[in-house]
Amino acid sequence: MSGDRIVSIVSNYIKKKNEAGEKVLSVFLTSGFPNKNNFVKLALNILDAGADILEIGFPFSDPLADGPIIQASSQEALKNGINLQITFKYVKEIRKNTNKPIILMGYANPVLSYGIDRFADDIKSSGANGVIIPDVPIDEFDNFFNSSFDGIDKILLITPTTNEERVKEIDGKSSGFVYCVSISGTTGLHNIDKNLELIQRNQKLVTKNKMLVGFGISNEDDIKKYIPYCDGVIVGSAVIKSLMNENKNYIQTLDLVKSLKTATNI
Amino acid sequence: MLQLPEYNLPDSSGKFGKYGGKFVPETLITPLKELEEIYCLLKTDKTFNEELNQLHKEYSGRPTPLTFAENLTNHFGKGKIYLKREDLCHTGAHKINNALGQILLAKKLRKTRIIAETGAGQHGVATATVCAKFGLKCIVYMGEVDMSRQSLNVFRMKLLGAEVKPVSSGSRTLKDATNEAIRDWVTNVKDTHYIIGSVVGPHPYPMMVRDFQSIIGIETKEQILRKENKLPDYILACVGGGSNAIGIFYPFVNTKVKLIGIEAAGLGLNTNKHSATLTKGREGIFHGMKTYLLQNEEGQVSEVHSISAGLDYPGVGPEHSYLKDDARVKYFSVTDNEALLAAKLLSKLEGIIPALETAHAIAYLDYLMPKTTHDEIVILNLSGRGDKDLNTIKEKLAL
Repeated sequence: MSGDRIVSIVSNYIKKKNEAGEKVLSVFLTSGFPNKNNFVKLALNILDAGADILEIGFPFSDPLADGPIIQASSQEALKNGINLQITFKYVKEIRKNTNKPIILMGYANPVLSYGIDRFADDIKSSGANGVIIPDVPIDEFDNFFNSSFDGIDKILLITPTTNEERVKEIDGKSSGFVYCVSISGTTGLHNIDKNLELIQRNQKLVTKNKMLVGFGISNEDDIKKYIPYCDGVIVGSAVIKSLMNENKNYIQTLDLVKSLKTATNI
Repeated sequence: MLQLPEYNLPDSSGKFGKYGGKFVPETLITPLKELEEIYCLLKTDKTFNEELNQLHKEYSGRPTPLTFAENLTNHFGKGKIYLKREDLCHTGAHKINNALGQILLAKKLRKTRIIAETGAGQHGVATATVCAKFGLKCIVYMGEVDMSRQSLNVFRMKLLGAEVKPVSSGSRTLKDATNEAIRDWVTNVKDTHYIIGSVVGPHPYPMMVRDFQSIIGIETKEQILRKENKLPDYILACVGGGSNAIGIFYPFVNTKVKLIGIEAAGLGLNTNKHSATLTKGREGIFHGMKTYLLQNEEGQVSEVHSISAGLDYPGVGPEHSYLKDDARVKYFSVTDNEALLAAKLLSKLEGIIPALETAHAIAYLDYLMPKTTHDEIVILNLSGRGDKDLNTIKEKLAL
């Protein structure tokens, strides 16, 4: 894929942070949630509070990889009329005020319905940098991501059931970073038994890309456990949950992001 | 198991033309590969097939009869109608054929926990039944709407020792029960096997469930040749996910027999209260497969409707999508009311109370039979019996 020849903005950003002695914090927000009118401001505030990468989830009616919290935020977003067109508008506005990487995350069907080429074009024109589609594994990768995705980072996931050979294959296909899922389960499932050995194994096997760990990371303690073995972490459900519990200024959520970011600085 | 010459689908990546595939989170790829490997190994294994055949015969009551429906035939005054009696299977529907096959696979995979989704409850009952027989823990996901309209089946599952987990998300029907079952599988993949009840989901399920259900068509072929010394002219079956239909169609795909699938038109195709996926849907990616899908213009999956819980599903098996595009199978639909009247008709004329799912196929006889000639043979897959639907029928039909 020619995507490899183009320098990835996402991986470059992570590399620079790492070289400066920092691990990155990627924060997931559901598009247009909790309030469609001040979402751009919320996203910028989250970035100001310390998020290094912004993942924006476009909603789907049947999110198979998600737990109850992100399911609920997706349902709410759909109820408020959030779709890909609105999401791209948000990205355009956010991009005007930040140079940090922006990644879109969502399921295959809304993309297929929007038009795969149109989706890729709008990623580029809106200023987003990458895409995560959890129900397109490498087995379907070449059929789904055609050449219009050249220059867009396609971030793939590895999970506790991914064997060594497959981790290497995924590392080969992925760009931007590799998303290492810390648990077998859906998003937001809190992991009591931290599977550190597996993360360490994956850290050794993922050589081409930077590796970020996500799923079930909700506080500073979680981050501190994982951070020695990866290049950064991804927090989603914990932030969405915090947003659900407050209104207007999202002060607690911004404080949460600040504390999570502090934990990534080793 | 059956392998047809000249029709060798799915391909090695699990595709029926452009349909099918494995659109699932990475966590499930390894268990799907393990399942595919063990299935491909056992498919031609003599001991495995003997064990399965023995269960079909001694536990489930196969082969099921192919009954000549004399009164129904006289009612239409044309053609000759036969019923393939899957309603006489143990547990009352064809679903047991697949559940028996998959429980043997689960044992070989050394899984100790079984999960399933159910709509009408027939697949849930079949799964609970085989789990009871083989001593495995059983959890069945069922939408709250379906739990109330199929309350008898909920009790049956509990009596069989299964845990029935109510699903309150989305439309609270089969689609949402399937979502929850997949989420459970992602979480408990180590010790759990997911017995999908229809020819849907990621590869290898559509292929595997088809193969397990094709015993219906294999028996039908032998039986009709014995009775009539020729193949039928038409085969008719209802289509929700499409397992009973594929089961009877598959052994006839390479013949000239006209194959017809009947979907649920609910309150009418011009309303948004139907589940006629192949008639009104378009290509989508859902529950791990690329297939026809009822969805809005933004790719959000529609909340669908059918009076029969087993047809109340916005997707359809990917092989049906292929067979539709290929025009090998023709798909039509009938409404809730037509199905209800058909259930009444069959009960009165033949003394057989059909499941409301099956009643959709029966209702289509009204359209088909006038077009037949006198000696044309029509076989209808009587996929299940109607005991489970008595509450719904009682509510809707004044007698």
